[in-house]
Amino acid sequence: MPDGSAISGPQPGALYVFDASRPRRIAAALGDIATGLRRVRLSVALASLDIRNRYRGSVLGPFWLTLSTAAMVGGLGLLYSSLFKMSLAEYLPFIAVSLIVWNTINAIVTDACTSLTSAEGIIRQLPLPYTVHVLRCVWRNAVIAAHNLPIILAVFLATGAWPGWEAWQALPGLALLGINACALALFLGMLCARFRDIPPIVGSVMQLAFFLSPVIWKPELLEPSRAAWLPLNPFYAVMETVRGPLVEGGASATVWVAAVVYTAAMAGIALAFFIRFRGRIAFWV
Amino acid sequence: MPHIHAEAVTIEFPLYHLGARSLKKRILANSPLRLRQDEASRIVVSALRDLSFRIQPGERVALIGHNGAGKTTLLRTLAGVYEPVAGRLEVAGSIGALIDPSAGMDPNATGRENIVLRGLFRGLSEAESSTLAEEVGEFSGLAEFLDVPVRTYSAGMAVRLSFAMATVMDPEVLLMDEWFLAGDAEFMQRARAKLEALVSKAEILVLASHDMSIVREWCTRVIRLDSGRIAQDGTVDEVLGAPAAA
Repeated sequence: MPDGSAISGPQPGALYVFDASRPRRIAAALGDIATGLRRVRLSVALASLDIRNRYRGSVLGPFWLTLSTAAMVGGLGLLYSSLFKMSLAEYLPFIAVSLIVWNTINAIVTDACTSLTSAEGIIRQLPLPYTVHVLRCVWRNAVIAAHNLPIILAVFLATGAWPGWEAWQALPGLALLGINACALALFLGMLCARFRDIPPIVGSVMQLAFFLSPVIWKPELLEPSRAAWLPLNPFYAVMETVRGPLVEGGASATVWVAAVVYTAAMAGIALAFFIRFRGRIAFWV
Repeated sequence: MPHIHAEAVTIEFPLYHLGARSLKKRILANSPLRLRQDEASRIVVSALRDLSFRIQPGERVALIGHNGAGKTTLLRTLAGVYEPVAGRLEVAGSIGALIDPSAGMDPNATGRENIVLRGLFRGLSEAESSTLAEEVGEFSGLAEFLDVPVRTYSAGMAVRLSFAMATVMDPEVLLMDEWFLAGDAEFMQRARAKLEALVSKAEILVLASHDMSIVREWCTRVIRLDSGRIAQDGTVDEVLGAPAAA
């Protein structure tokens, strides 16, 4: 007869104190994040289940995304290289990296809106750190996005446009993207749990941002006086820290400063919001 | 020492997506008791109002009351899911919650995967969770169905799995909803023995129940909730023997 004596509870001898007159919100929020990071295995396990469920019964699974991105890159590459009067070999690496980075940003922003509401069943039943759901959302998008890497390699191989040693700078760029993703999944997740009108708004904003940001068109196509305003676009700044090192021999200092400032602001807003409203999330979802 | 101290604990559920102002007015007009408007003119349900009680080690407390009296909300609050809007709550000791048997269950994953997931939810390592899977698999008696997705299970099989998963623990403070006492008869005999072992090992039991025979059998103290307030608090005979309960 098996019994549970070998398995202990999560916190033996734990003390849970909550005093509404002294809520100690900062400590609670930081504790939530620390515990969430420590239990990252749980987020990873949940994220892999999410991916498996999303592509259940499909033969290619997430590689469908690879195929559709490849078709998009090929189609847009042919069309826009002739519209912009550039050679395909010059334009293709740009559009490939550009589209893949943009699709990743778009997928994360869209998914961020449901990072907490989709975990409603868990949130209302188990006292888990909310950070677990945030990391789960970010990780599943990171894994899905990674399925696009072969396209970038194939395009580099076909056009012979290998980036130089400065390509390593894409790594800090990816780190910035990751921090932004976590902050967004936390902030938008909370906002969308409280206000159910936010996801459609986010969808429209992202669509507009796709055309207003230099995803398909190169920033150099703008007049220099106008191009100077581009770093004000957070999407452009963060995207360029990854794309620049891979296809343009590095991003400008202005772009880096802008991206770091936006990331810090985003993380600050998300943290402030989390500290203030963490205790309300269970009532919102 | 494990204990639960609650001082004036209050929980209010905001009703956010009610829409039109006229609807608000109608709802407020019809239900002056537990629905009210807070300072931000949101409509809130007072789920728990001003609850104060102390539970010492060794106590077996039953929460009774009508549907909607706040029994499950109180259990969830004690488990740390809901933060009180007012009052102070202190729960010392490792908490084991048997509130919703299917909490965190993924219907597309196999039984074994769900058990490992449950282990991770509890903060165990993957190796410990795999050990857990063996133990739970054996107790649930699911045999070869353990490696089949949970959504293909019959209702009875799902109950066995969730029960076996939820009860593999050794908490000091056991919070239990009466759901866990329902189930198919053949499995319930083994389940009953398991629950009794769990209850006797826990320092504190808080059980929400409608079944007075179970309350009389297992509990030493009864708290009767009515519309989110404590209506009666005393020994089993004091509360259940009182004329109001008849």
